[in-house]
Amino acid sequence: MYRTKRRIVRGLQIFALLLVLVYTLFPYYWAFVSSTKQGAALYRSALLPALDFTYYRQLIDNPIFMGSLVNSAYVAVSTTFLSLVIGVSAAYALGRIDFPQRRAMLMIVLMISIFPQVVVLSGLFELINWMGLFNRPSALILTYLLSTVPFTTWILTTFIREFPRELEEAAIIDGCSHFRILTRILLPLMGPSLASTGILAFILAWNEFLFALTFTLTDENRTVPVAIGLIAGTSRFEYPFGQIMAASVTVTLPLIAVVLVFQRRIVAGLTAGAVKG
Amino acid sequence: MASVSLQSVSKNFGTHAVIHAVDLQIEDGEFVVFVGPSGCGKSTLLRIVAGLVAPSNGVVAIGGEDVTEVPASRRGVAFVFQSYALYPHMSVARNIGFALETLGLAKDVVNQKVLAVARMLKVDHLMDRRPRELSGGQRQRVAIGRALVRQPEIFLFDEPLSNLDSDLRMEMRLEIARLHKDVKTTMIYVTHDQSEAMTLADRIVVLNQGRIEQVGTPRELYHAPDNRFVAGFIGSPRMNFMSVSSHMAADGPQIAGAGHLILALDASADETPVAEIGIRPENLRLVDQEEGRIRCILERVEDLGHEHFGYCRISDDTVWVIRLPQAPLPDRIGKPAGLDFPASAVFAFAADGRRILSAGLKDQAGEASLP
Ligand SMILES: Nc1ncnc2c1ncn2[C@@H]1O[C@H](COP(=O)(O)OP(=O)(O)O)[C@@H](O)[C@H]1O
Ligand SMILES: [Mg+2]
Repeated sequence: MYRTKRRIVRGLQIFALLLVLVYTLFPYYWAFVSSTKQGAALYRSALLPALDFTYYRQLIDNPIFMGSLVNSAYVAVSTTFLSLVIGVSAAYALGRIDFPQRRAMLMIVLMISIFPQVVVLSGLFELINWMGLFNRPSALILTYLLSTVPFTTWILTTFIREFPRELEEAAIIDGCSHFRILTRILLPLMGPSLASTGILAFILAWNEFLFALTFTLTDENRTVPVAIGLIAGTSRFEYPFGQIMAASVTVTLPLIAVVLVFQRRIVAGLTAGAVKG
Repeated sequence: MASVSLQSVSKNFGTHAVIHAVDLQIEDGEFVVFVGPSGCGKSTLLRIVAGLVAPSNGVVAIGGEDVTEVPASRRGVAFVFQSYALYPHMSVARNIGFALETLGLAKDVVNQKVLAVARMLKVDHLMDRRPRELSGGQRQRVAIGRALVRQPEIFLFDEPLSNLDSDLRMEMRLEIARLHKDVKTTMIYVTHDQSEAMTLADRIVVLNQGRIEQVGTPRELYHAPDNRFVAGFIGSPRMNFMSVSSHMAADGPQIAGAGHLILALDASADETPVAEIGIRPENLRLVDQEEGRIRCILERVEDLGHEHFGYCRISDDTVWVIRLPQAPLPDRIGKPAGLDFPASAVFAFAADGRRILSAGLKDQAGEASLP
């Protein structure tokens, strides 16, 4: 009786899991299948990939697309690095130092991140022009920080708040300066939080479209999402579906790589051990 | 090694006063235990000595030198935390040697000192493990090793044994006592457990709500408590208390309480009226009802093998604990009984909790009876 029930529940769980997997993974699979088909085959809804990599070869030979990959990497890595540096510093202050306006500060930081991009777009455009950064990848880094710094600060503040005070005090007694506490105690133990916030910032910067479209003008300064959006066919009447799919699959690969690399850090960090047993 | 002196040290967190003008002198090489109920400010006081918390007022001196403004790392103190606070990402060896590493000592000097300390604490076979791979007792040893390796002037312990199970706690207690005998460094040890305080301390400082209630050797606190708080806190099981009233009878003044208690006072009685009396469980004797000074009902007996405790109900809200020489016959349980005690075992307290030394009980417990 209970045994059957348990089996049914187990079956339902597996079914639900499969459903979620199919729902989330199918679009990627479909993109991959489509990217390996040629011409008219595209319009037949066969589920098996044709394994024809012509479009991928075309992409690799396309200097504009490869350039945009480099731009994206530069923008995403810089954004991630800067938001972590700014986030850690801000979080240390917000999490450790007691000052009366702390709550208000945290609320303001949160507020910044709730404005829709469109709202700040024209203002930022003026700012970027004024700073002479228009049509430069650096403009994107600057504007992405607007979205990434608030949530990195929030997540890291939570971490630092929960960080056992006694560990820091032990380090103080052991003669550590603030800098040494940060580099030898806090940062190594923050690995998991840094990795997870870093991944989020990276994904956001890698995928961003609106700012990237607005603040860059010429092909050699584009990032990947914009470059894909602007891929044109050989004639006005051909929609380059296969090429776009191949490009989409290609840009997803770095994300997957980043997540896999950092995920190992996350797991390693989480098991690195509690303070007491 | 160094002496420690606190001069009218107080501490407020915002408007919340936690330590009230504490004066304390700790001699070089002494083992002093701060004891008191949870939340009374023991840890805060210890942190003030360490320099982890700055006092709101007053002076902290170590070795005769005013260190109130000196940062923790320059005070020559080592601190063993309740949670041990071992660095989770470092091996045992690095945990122990981290302070020396920070000082910038040469690697082989550090290794040598770490190894010596680890041998002494019997953790030298665990050098490459991470803290999470250690048992509670081993973590405790590593935490002590980390303190020991710096050869500090003063050791500070904040409830170091409270996360251990009771067997291990006994064992580590012995080791800490031995450690003090070996290194002879000044030690300040915080605990809420009075038995730990009694067994370890040269002198005990009893704290209550941020004030020192009494400072003295374990014997002094046990036999001559200054007030009701200390009398009730030191000793296990705790002292039995009963509210009493004083009045004038035909043959002189006397005090009366529940269970038909009547104690005659002689003429030398202090004018402060006795509001409460206290008797330790070990000074009570279970007798027949007619022979006892207090009438009660023996409600329950706890047989711990080597010890036997009886719970005697005297009135609706008074139950006294009594230490019995042997387990009483089962048919006495639930029956009326009497409690007898020598008058010298009675502690008398005034309404404000102070102990009245000359309450006038014939042959009352006092300083004189200290063996
Ligand atoms: N950093 C702090 N901020 C505010 N209140 C504190 C702080 N540290 C301790 N307290 C308060 O001071 C009192 C004494 O704390 P503590 O010294 O830790 O007590 P104990 O160690 O005797 O249990 C408690 O009421 C506690 O809430
Ligand atoms: Mg405490």
